[in-house]
Amino acid sequence: MVLNDADHALVSVLAEGLPLVSHPYRAIGSQLGMDEAEVIARIQAMRDAGIIRRFGIIVRHHELGFKANAMSVWSIPDGVVSEIGRRLGDAPEVTLCYRRPPRLPDWPYNLFCMIHGRDRAAVEETIRALVQRFDLAQYPHAVLFSTRRFKQTGARYGRPIPRAAAE
Amino acid sequence: MDHLDQRLLNEFQQDFPLESRPYAVLGERLGMDEDEVMDRLARLTRGGSISRVGAVFRPHTVGGSTLAAMAVPAHRLEEVAELVNAFGEVNHNYQREHRLNLWFVVTAPTKARVAEVLDEISQSTGLQVLDLPLLEHFHIDLGFDLKWS
Repeated sequence: MVLNDADHALVSVLAEGLPLVSHPYRAIGSQLGMDEAEVIARIQAMRDAGIIRRFGIIVRHHELGFKANAMSVWSIPDGVVSEIGRRLGDAPEVTLCYRRPPRLPDWPYNLFCMIHGRDRAAVEETIRALVQRFDLAQYPHAVLFSTRRFKQTGARYGRPIPRAAAE
Repeated sequence: MDHLDQRLLNEFQQDFPLESRPYAVLGERLGMDEDEVMDRLARLTRGGSISRVGAVFRPHTVGGSTLAAMAVPAHRLEEVAELVNAFGEVNHNYQREHRLNLWFVVTAPTKARVAEVLDEISQSTGLQVLDLPLLEHFHIDLGFDLKWS
């Protein structure tokens, strides 16, 4: 699916969130010069194409009592990192899992998992269990708990709304 | 927060209705009217439990993004964090327990702009910025079971 200018404008608006009004898609459409059915159809198309990974209520974990979050990282040989990543990603305790390039000498790690928990001990216990279950003790590993959140907002992928559509 | 708030938060993180009056659809499922759904969502948003009702995009489909890390001297942490926050392209910014102590995500309409933001941060702070772009994702934000007990 190739996004057109109207889609990019829609992406910008969706990153901000749906308004809390009775007909939110109509409200978005009137901002962008589209009708309600068109807005719904384009969101559906982006969802079907996998461009929208999730569409729904986006909660803030910290405020809901998930006070601890750790980035758990491993240095895993290239030949097996994808397989291990897939298995870890399927584990229900893992909220995000991805591979990134190592940056030597500062950063040897290439596999990242986010673990959220109600407190630090719970997150540590979860990581211990994952290491055991997936036989990860053999790989260099670090756990980076977050100690302070300076910013957390939605990603702004979208291009600026074209003037013609905004007016 | 009552049981209906908890259900609102937990059951509609995915597959939010793409229908003319989506809040009325939520209300039907939970046994309340549309206005009450909107009131509850507004209250939960004000209280900080909800970030928004919206979309999470698959990385690299509608623009560029990366995870960046910096080793910031302790006495400069607040100053540098504030400078990083000032970029609209930065949407997460955390202090973490490591020599690399500042971690943030940059998202922009193009990869070129992402690189530019990292450069500008590096130039204005005089500190190295590690660029750790996504190579492969195994599990990306499918919502979160809040496991209310």
